[in-house]
Amino acid sequence: MKLTVWTYEGPPHVGAMRVATAMKGLHYVLHAPQGDTYADLLFTMIERRGHRPPVSYTTFEGRDLGEDTAGLFKRACQDAYDRFQPQALIVGASCTAELIQDDPGGLAETMNLPVPVIALELPSYQRKENFGTDETFYQLVKALAQPVEKTPEITANLIGPLALGFRHRDDIEEIKGLLYDMGIGINVVAPFDATPHDLTRLGAAHINILMYPEHAETAARHMERTLGIPYTKTVPIGVGATHDFVAEVAQICGIAPKKDLSRLRQPWWSKSVDSTYLTGKRVFLFGDATHVMAAARIARDEMGFEVVGLGCYNREFARPMRALAKDFGLEALISDDYLEVEKAIEDAAPEMILGTQMERHIGKRLGIPCAVISAPVHVQDFPARYSPQMGWEGANVIFDTWIHPLVMGLEEHLLAMFREDFEFHDAAGASHHGGHAPMRAAVAGGLAPQTPQSIFEAKMDEVPATESSGTDVMVWLADAERELKKIPFFVRGKARRNTEKFAAERGVTQISIDTLYEAKAHYAR
Amino acid sequence: MNRPASIPAATCRDAPILKERGQREVFCGLTGIIWLHRKMQDAFFLVVGSRTCAHLLQSAAGVMIFAEPRFGTAILEETDLAGLADANDELDREVGRLLARRPDIKQLFLVGSCPSEVIKLDLARAAQRLTQIHAPHVRVLNYSGSGIETTFTQGEDACLASMVPVLPGTEARELLLVGALPDVVEDQAVGLLTKMGIARVRVLPAPRTSDAPGVGPNTVFACLQPFLGDTAAALERRGARMIQAPFPFGEEGTTLWLRAIADEFGVDDATFEAVTAAPRARARTAIANASEHLRGKTVFFMPDSQLEIPLARFLTRECGMEAIEIGQPFIHKGLVGPDLDLMPAGPTISEGQDVDKQLDRVRAARPDLTVCGLGLANPLEAEGLTTKWAIELVFTPVHFYDQAGDLAGLFSRPIRRRALLKLEAAE
Repeated sequence: MKLTVWTYEGPPHVGAMRVATAMKGLHYVLHAPQGDTYADLLFTMIERRGHRPPVSYTTFEGRDLGEDTAGLFKRACQDAYDRFQPQALIVGASCTAELIQDDPGGLAETMNLPVPVIALELPSYQRKENFGTDETFYQLVKALAQPVEKTPEITANLIGPLALGFRHRDDIEEIKGLLYDMGIGINVVAPFDATPHDLTRLGAAHINILMYPEHAETAARHMERTLGIPYTKTVPIGVGATHDFVAEVAQICGIAPKKDLSRLRQPWWSKSVDSTYLTGKRVFLFGDATHVMAAARIARDEMGFEVVGLGCYNREFARPMRALAKDFGLEALISDDYLEVEKAIEDAAPEMILGTQMERHIGKRLGIPCAVISAPVHVQDFPARYSPQMGWEGANVIFDTWIHPLVMGLEEHLLAMFREDFEFHDAAGASHHGGHAPMRAAVAGGLAPQTPQSIFEAKMDEVPATESSGTDVMVWLADAERELKKIPFFVRGKARRNTEKFAAERGVTQISIDTLYEAKAHYAR
Repeated sequence: MNRPASIPAATCRDAPILKERGQREVFCGLTGIIWLHRKMQDAFFLVVGSRTCAHLLQSAAGVMIFAEPRFGTAILEETDLAGLADANDELDREVGRLLARRPDIKQLFLVGSCPSEVIKLDLARAAQRLTQIHAPHVRVLNYSGSGIETTFTQGEDACLASMVPVLPGTEARELLLVGALPDVVEDQAVGLLTKMGIARVRVLPAPRTSDAPGVGPNTVFACLQPFLGDTAAALERRGARMIQAPFPFGEEGTTLWLRAIADEFGVDDATFEAVTAAPRARARTAIANASEHLRGKTVFFMPDSQLEIPLARFLTRECGMEAIEIGQPFIHKGLVGPDLDLMPAGPTISEGQDVDKQLDRVRAARPDLTVCGLGLANPLEAEGLTTKWAIELVFTPVHFYDQAGDLAGLFSRPIRRRALLKLEAAE
């Protein structure tokens, strides 16, 4: 038993739903009690889908338990087939139905439905959502994909994109473009918009583009083994990774790595002087392994950030994640415990978080800007505009997305700086022009009303103060403290941290102006 | 004076009920935790369940992620099921850790789920055992929010019912208001009743355990929500008596609800009029404005929050709408009877759900407005039907006079929006 407050991944049957909902002509009969239908709203609300997920729930109740839940399942199966006439059915159990052991697969088999019925075994008490996506897609491919004649021209399958994926919809277009530039056609995209019938043609492709290993790696391996289709190992997120991806595809297909870079702006955006302020920004990365590993390379090599922490919630990818972390001189955080992630971020005190919606909330609490790079998703992660992560346009989009919260962060700091200006101080009201703005209570000596903004700012000021005076190990002498305040606010936190670290390493317990400047000299680069 | 002018001969109370059994597109009772934990400020809700339960709460809670919330899920794992670990020991350990970390918690609810019930984990005994361990600082109670036993708002009923046996006894003549409403509405209700001279008004649930109301043979109670049947029965077992009335939605519902309580406490007509005249007039004006776009329109209720019958009464009698079908997960005539009485027979009254068949009826009727859950709203909009998602009716202050206009507004906004948008080419 494990106490969970917020989860990164749902149960595995939600993973199966993500595959089924992404596809057309497939129906999922899920043995489940009332209430499990909540998962429909993930698709209809977060992703704004204009159709219900193709899932029929048996909706058993307490009074059914002593009776014929198996009969209920078979009726639901027959009704679903009659009403929706799918090309294939997948059947399985949610966590509760797993306990009553009705064996949906066996039951469906006895019904002799005229379409393929694929049984899913998704152990709800051991595994999670991403296992569900990978396993479901693998079972579908295993059951449906047959050896077929290859297409005469070079074609690729794009595998892995599915429902509720982080920008999957747009990544598909971007990959199609990259392949088009090389003269490679598309055989099947799956699960996204594929039919069960399309899956039978998977074998006609010359190469599989494994877009999201967490959703399709097992299927990719299976197709390599049984259909002889090699698959790509590079995920083309970021400029460098996209170049590598093109080279890998060219090498597998035995063709020239042709690229159209006319729309790629990112390298110049990063090189331009306005980006200088990004240098050495301390970032913490957390999310699914695919996006975090790609983001780590972008952060270090393409933005000039310093990665101070990284990790993923999907344990299946712990090994490659740990290897990458080692390369960055870090210890990977492999955890699906939100509080543990929050603690790690707090300890690392980054200047920016690249994470999921969960880390966005952590960032809000800690006052650290955050850009979202990975699922689990939120309605905001389904923008109306084209917004891929992969390929050349993806690199442009990522630059903008990551910079955006930082610019905002800088603006907040500027506000804080001008706050001390005689015209802009808190008590001066909303505008310094004339006396129209309501004067705040501070003028009369009272406290200004706390707005979220002012609470946030107060917190920013408080944190270092408690750090210095709260411990009796290290004391800032008054003139050193005064000197520190003369340092521009946006580097003040860093100066304080570095000075204390410097002092601690030398066993200095009283920080004077000299300590401050010795530390500055020590850390200068 | 305040009673409806004429009660129609054949009402919805006598109408045959269409009972359906099939796929239900509703939440389970765990969902109630989302608003209950905001209301009871020293309570923690610990679901003993699966990853699905945790995921449901998170999905239903949406963006309320800002703080470490006062609810969580003790997720059962393979070892708990295989008997390798004694689930009770595991539970005791998790609760111990939780209470150590959260000393502000005075009341802990162990909330049963589908899996905990199927494996027959005895949470009642666990609650007793844990109360002994953590008394007097923390009281541990239990109830079921499982989908195999409860639907959506029934979770609140189960929670409040679990509190009734441990409420202190009292001989005082008191009015107890039952149901977790936003503070703003609760204060309005208490304010109106106090002005009528009803001095002792208590509320269940109380915001803090130490303020828990007493109950006894001189207690009379009125439900604020139409889904509190088990709580009402539990209060009656403690000797309290229920005041029956239509529910306080809209001007008419609020007046009838207040009137029934006023009658019980012998409030004279003049006092009643003096207290209610101004807010009634305000409510009428607000409803008239907000319901401009509702008049003459048809409405179809899919079963969701159990508020469907009282809301249909409000929309048909006060906003000029015509109901085609009023679906409720289950119908408890002891609670919604007075509301059914006020509606003339005509609309289909349905109980339970077979969602695909019901959607066929929606498509055939093409109502001007369909009230449904979040899983159905966008798909119906994509078919060109206007919808109101029902969960907002549970989270938004909609009871009593000063929210009556807002309540009408919740239904009229989707219709107004559809009329406003011009997304096609001008030709």
